[in-house]
Amino acid sequence: MNTAVNQGETIVFWICGFFAVLGALGLIFSKKAVHSALWMALTMISLAVLYVANQAPFLGMVQIVVYTGAVMMLFLFVLMVVGVDSSDSLIETIKGQRIAGILLGLGLAILLIWGIGSSMIDVPSGSLDEANSVDGGNVQGIAHLIFTTYLVPFEVASALLITAALGAMVLAHRERWLPKPTQTEMSKARFAGATHPGNLPAPGVYARHNAVDTPALLPDGSVSDISIPGPLKARGDVRPVDHMEMDEIRSIDEGSQS
Amino acid sequence: MTNSQFGVFGVDPWWLVILKVVAIFVILVLLTLFTIWWERRVVSRMQNRIGPNRVGPQGLLQSLMDGIKLALKEEIIPKTAHLAVYWIAPVISATMAFLAFAVIPFGPTVSIFGVETPLQLTDFPVSVLYVLAIASIGIYGIVLAGWSSGSTYPLLGGLRSSAQMISYEIAMGLSFVAVFLYAGSMSTSEIVSAQQSVWFGVILLPSFLIYITAMTGETNRAPFDLPEAEGELVGGFHTEYSSLKFALFFLAEYINMVTVSALATTLFLGGWMAPWPLSLWDGANQGWWPMLWWLLKVQIFIFVFIWLRGTLPRLRYDQFMKFGWKLLIPVSIVWIIIVAIARALRNDVNFSNQSLLLVGAAVIILLLLISRAFQVRADREQAALDEAVAADALAIADAAAGGFPVPPMPGQEFTITTRRSMAASTTIVADRAVTEAVTSEQENPDG
Repeated sequence: MNTAVNQGETIVFWICGFFAVLGALGLIFSKKAVHSALWMALTMISLAVLYVANQAPFLGMVQIVVYTGAVMMLFLFVLMVVGVDSSDSLIETIKGQRIAGILLGLGLAILLIWGIGSSMIDVPSGSLDEANSVDGGNVQGIAHLIFTTYLVPFEVASALLITAALGAMVLAHRERWLPKPTQTEMSKARFAGATHPGNLPAPGVYARHNAVDTPALLPDGSVSDISIPGPLKARGDVRPVDHMEMDEIRSIDEGSQS
Repeated sequence: MTNSQFGVFGVDPWWLVILKVVAIFVILVLLTLFTIWWERRVVSRMQNRIGPNRVGPQGLLQSLMDGIKLALKEEIIPKTAHLAVYWIAPVISATMAFLAFAVIPFGPTVSIFGVETPLQLTDFPVSVLYVLAIASIGIYGIVLAGWSSGSTYPLLGGLRSSAQMISYEIAMGLSFVAVFLYAGSMSTSEIVSAQQSVWFGVILLPSFLIYITAMTGETNRAPFDLPEAEGELVGGFHTEYSSLKFALFFLAEYINMVTVSALATTLFLGGWMAPWPLSLWDGANQGWWPMLWWLLKVQIFIFVFIWLRGTLPRLRYDQFMKFGWKLLIPVSIVWIIIVAIARALRNDVNFSNQSLLLVGAAVIILLLLISRAFQVRADREQAALDEAVAADALAIADAAAGGFPVPPMPGQEFTITTRRSMAASTTIVADRAVTEAVTSEQENPDG
């Protein structure tokens, strides 16, 4: 199959093209940032399938592993850390940002349409089979080009990425001025402190009051304060202990013993 | 898209493709049911229990019954869930788990209803990368499940698992590189045929070990099952899921186990090739027999998974991340460099295996000598420093001595400064009149 497009490829193109455009529109029109990220992932996967269909399997797979798997995942990660319900404000913070954005977008669109359009008219389309078979395969061909003709741009790009990563690390770096407490030290501090070191005592759960608002009773019959969750105490929702009942139980108990 | 090397793939008649797809689906579902039962039985044995033994022979149908019950249960959807994403997350998880199996070779070319065809759905030049790509989309299922549940624990579980899987995917990908270098290909069928003489698990042992560790991290299995650490996160990302949606996550987890095991078999244990004593028999690598060897090898890996779960306690999260980033990844990078150098020497300079070993030994001795020299130097510096400290040449630093917290100078030691003494030392700066009163306190900062 040389320059001719066969039927299967046409079907794949229309399906993936549809989803790619749908994803792009969704990316722009979604209200939630996470939804935008998902639409973008859809676009990327559709593009990857198109790459594979156009005999560039390596590019397609790398597109998914790097962009969908790593970059978009990091985006999602950040969005989640920022918060589930935070939505972007639509108020213009920089003056003239919208107009500048629209102008730049239009400029980019003109450039892209011009570039791609002229390549469709002027540049003769070559044979993909031929391009792939020069070095014995698609992967070998890419490796050959990256490590010979395009070695310098490739290395420059990677140096740029490493610089960016280093910059991020420097920005996020914080010098410790006290040593980090070890697990042993934290454990010791916990036991040395005034607070209860272990689990708090469970609330008193009896057959008639199966609820956390019932305080536990200490061996002497007094109420254990820390057995009730703080919020309940603050709301005044603690169930008073029925001392009459306790006395009754005690008298029955004593009666049975004697 | 026919490619000369992959002529046997992509030429199956349509009914054969559908047959293979259905067969893979059925095999995976059956393997899941079997693995759940097998895991419960083996873990029980390890814990001196009996395990499920009521439904079917030896309790074999237990997981089928559990599955039916799970699917028919009432579904509870939290009010705060983001519905569309909440629905699609388990679907992504399960679909991707199934998809990865498309490139796993089960056996050599056989005849099915008179058509000669390899026992593999499809293959292409980068099929191992395809498995990685599918796995990385599968993570979306877990992360989105955590996010869309609208609840704290699932969100934390989802975040944990995305960080975990991304980290361990790097180590996993690096462990593949040595295999690619030796096989000269990234396609699963060619990697299997490149292992005709010796398995890559033997000659590339470090890669194999790194892969086994990374695959345990990648599938969220014990001791790396932090995304669902029940003591910390209830159920992790699937806390808010119930009924069939939960069943899909469960299915995906077990299929992923089978997938990484199958990939390990393909890359390191010779795929469907018969192991040594069996390989002496001529018919061992022909017809349908190889599928049995394949299944046995995969089962060995699954047993290792279960064994790990029955033996090891869960790691702490920071230890786990440190292990992945500071040990696994550097070790695999160094190993790849060694393999690449050895490969280049053999291919381009025509080194024999013997001289390669000699050169390797020389390099190792050299490295040991260099590291020894560095060690001696570091020891000497440390001794000088200790001496200086002992001679009180360097005062012990109070981190907040001047009222401002400052990092210590090299060689200085830390002392813990309490808030109270910090306030006291600030007072010195602010009000010199009380200097006398607080100096005594500053000398005992623990007061």
